[in-house]
Order: sequence, then structure tokens, then C-alpha cells
Amino acid sequence: MAEHTVKAFDEDITRLRGLIAEMGGLAELAIEEAMQALVNGDETLGEAVVARDKKLDALENEVDAMAVRTLALRAPMADDLREIIAALKIGGVLERIGDYSKNIAKRVGRIEGRSRFEPLTLLPAMGELAAEMVHDVLTAYAARDPVLAREVIERDAKVDAFYDSIFRNLVSYMVENPATISSAAHLLFIARNLERIGDHATNVAEMVHYSAVGTYPPDR
Amino acid sequence: MVTEETSASAPKMCTRDVSVFYGEKKAVDTVSIDIPREFVTAFIGPSGCGKSTFLRALNRMNDTIASARVEGTIELDGEDIYRSKMDVVQLRARVGMVFQKPNPFPKSIFENIAYGPRIHGLAANKAELETIVEKSLRRAGLWDEVKDRLNDSGTALSGGQQQRLCIARAIAVQPEVILMDEPCSALDPIATAKIEELIDELRGRYAIVIVTHSMQQAARVSQRTAFFHLGRMVEYGHTSDIFTNPREERTKDYITGRYG
Repeated sequence: MAEHTVKAFDEDITRLRGLIAEMGGLAELAIEEAMQALVNGDETLGEAVVARDKKLDALENEVDAMAVRTLALRAPMADDLREIIAALKIGGVLERIGDYSKNIAKRVGRIEGRSRFEPLTLLPAMGELAAEMVHDVLTAYAARDPVLAREVIERDAKVDAFYDSIFRNLVSYMVENPATISSAAHLLFIARNLERIGDHATNVAEMVHYSAVGTYPPDR
Repeated sequence: MVTEETSASAPKMCTRDVSVFYGEKKAVDTVSIDIPREFVTAFIGPSGCGKSTFLRALNRMNDTIASARVEGTIELDGEDIYRSKMDVVQLRARVGMVFQKPNPFPKSIFENIAYGPRIHGLAANKAELETIVEKSLRRAGLWDEVKDRLNDSGTALSGGQQQRLCIARAIAVQPEVILMDEPCSALDPIATAKIEELIDELRGRYAIVIVTHSMQQAARVSQRTAFFHLGRMVEYGHTSDIFTNPREERTKDYITGRYG
């Protein structure tokens, strides 16, 4: 893409894109480590994930400030305008993804009788899928690639299928043995959080598509 | 912002393959465009792209330049405005113009408005003339500011007021089209906002065509936008499309500030 006559405008956009990439990296790491902490019952790692979420919040504020400043000073048009709007929205969504990971990390110490739960083998696979969606949607963002963005959107159905299966599984545990209800409820929330992360990755993909070509994906 | 996206009626003006020459130099190159009657149309483009020259061709303002020559056809409600029997004075009443710098006559505010209706015989008596003056000033959003000093000189008004006076003067002769050539470029932001508000109020009553260097202004006031470059019309479409998702690379480069 040709450079702007005003060089500082290019610098602003590059900086904004850098912030989003940094947020994306942190969000992806948060999912992975939260799931790792959960599987290993590693409360120390869980606490680290919770603590690091503050960094994502701070970056989101920085994205907001940068986007607002650019809108005010440059009055961007066309693809520039879409770029800024997308960054503003994606920043918010990545911050939410961080919150869901934090929520998962907080539940690490509360699962009793871990070995009994079959979903504990399903959840990591679901977590991996969600983390992959986040990873790939950021690749699509960096490359302004609408095709990859649509691929990510299609993958959300798999995450939803995982959720349905884990939901049924956990309900049957609770029905059979009320003593498991507390732990099962925590796992259910974890599955729910992962499902929401998939939805949010889908939202990011829609914004990547919008930013790249000016329209939302067809079956939005 | 106007949401109606389709133009229901026939275009107010049609141009077909219009070229404008200054001597040997082709300033406008085969431009064909339909100007809708119910919308504001903005012409944008870098300096020297031919947008003002093209605008001036729409009411034969270029006739006053000896070396200027127009090819192609320009129709107003289906009538060729360059045909030999066309009454140019009448044409310029039907297709009024507002310029970059406000240019009131060095006469009273009242006379500035009354002059046109008087020479076009639009008022049978003084009372009718006064009615036209008041109505025009009201429509231009200037009445309350000047009603107590109609005999003051038009040139004593502020720049923004002078520009609204010029719009009132154009309105007074009951035009069908109003052409505006960078009407706000000599005005401060508040006066600019008042003109933009006025354009919005006049929309629908007159077909309005505005040439502007402010992309944001074009995006704010118009429903259709045409982008000109090197004498040609590169892209013409719904303003919202042009500014969020233009089809042509050249349009995009220009409106995003990557031009040249």
C-alpha cells in the first residue's frame, strides 16, 4: 500500500496494529496457560495468568486512546477508517478473551476429584481449538487475509460441538452423583468460557474481513 | 445522514461526453453524469482536476472565458443548455451559483436580494418584492440576523453572513439547481457549519452540486460523490460507498491522503 503524504499517519497505524498484535499474543498465551494450569492443577500458573491479565487491560486502554486520537487528528477515510474501527473493536474483544481465560485460571484450585472427570480430557482439546482460532485470526489480521478469516469463522462450529458434548457429559455426572456438582459446575463454566472465546475469535475474524474488503462475511 | 439510497425520479441534469477546452488544453475529458434532483452531489478531486471547470459548464459560466470551448451535451430537464436559442440569463437564474469567496454587491442587504427578482420580473409590486426578500433570507437562515438592518451594506456583514447572503440571492430567483464552488473555503468552522446545515435544509427543494476540497465536508453534506482526476471522472456513486469502500484505487489513494 502506498504511503500517506503525512508520514505520522502511517506511524500511527503501524503502532496501532502493533498493539493489537501484542494483545493477540497475550490473549492466546492466556488461554494456553489457563488450560495448562487446569490440566495440571497448577495453581501458581493459574495465579500468573490472572496477574498478567492486567497487561491486556492496559493495552486495550492504549489501543482506545490511540484509535480515538487517530480518528480525531486524521479523520481517516475508506480502508484507513475501516482499519481504525476494526482495531478499536478487536482491542475490546481481545480484552474479553483475556477475561475468560482469567476466569478459567481462577477455577483451577476448585476442582475436586479431578481424575474422575472425563471432560478433563475433552476440555484441553477444546481449549486448543479455541486458542488456535485466536492464533489464526491474528495471523489473518496481520496479513489482512479475508480468506483465512472466513476459515476461522467456520471453525467455531467445532468449538460449539465440543461445548454441547461436554455439557451433556457433565450433566450426567451431576445426575449420577450429586457430590460432583460443585466441581462439575466449575468445569461447565470453563467449557462455557472456551465456547465464548470461540465466539469472540469469530467476531475478530468478521472485523478482519470488514477491514480488508469493506464488507462483513456473507453468512454473518 | 440521508438513508434513502435510490433516486426515484429522473435526473435534473444529464451530461454526456462533456469535454471542456481552454484553447488547446483539455481541462475536462468526456464526463457523463446524471445529477439527481433530490440529493446533494459533491465533486471532489485534487486541484486542477477539472471539477470546478466542469461545474461552471453546468450553467455556461465558462462562456465568459474567451478561449473556453465545451463539447458534448448538457441537459437540464431534457433541454440542451448549449443550444443556440438558449437564454443564458434565464439559464443562470434556473441554475444558480455560489462562489468560493462571498461576493455580495456593494449595495444594501435588501438590494442584494431584490436585484435578481426585479430584473427577472418575479415581483409585481414592492410588497411582493419584500416578501421574496424576507422568504429568501429566511430560507438562507439569515433573516433573524439582518431583519433590523436591511439597508446596511451587504459587504458590512461577516464572511459567513455574506456567503449566506449570496445563497439567499441565488434562492431569490427561484432556481432549480444551485451550484456551489467551494462555498466554505473562506469561512471559519462555525460559519462553515451554518452553511452545511443550510445545504441540508435546502436539499430536496433544489438540486445541489458542491465542489469541495474538504473530504469530510463532502462526506457530511452529500448523498452522491464524484471523484475527478486529470480531467476525467474516475468514480461516481453513493457518498457512503465512496468514503468507506471506494471501487477505484485512485479514489482510495486520494481520499485516504496517499495521493501524489
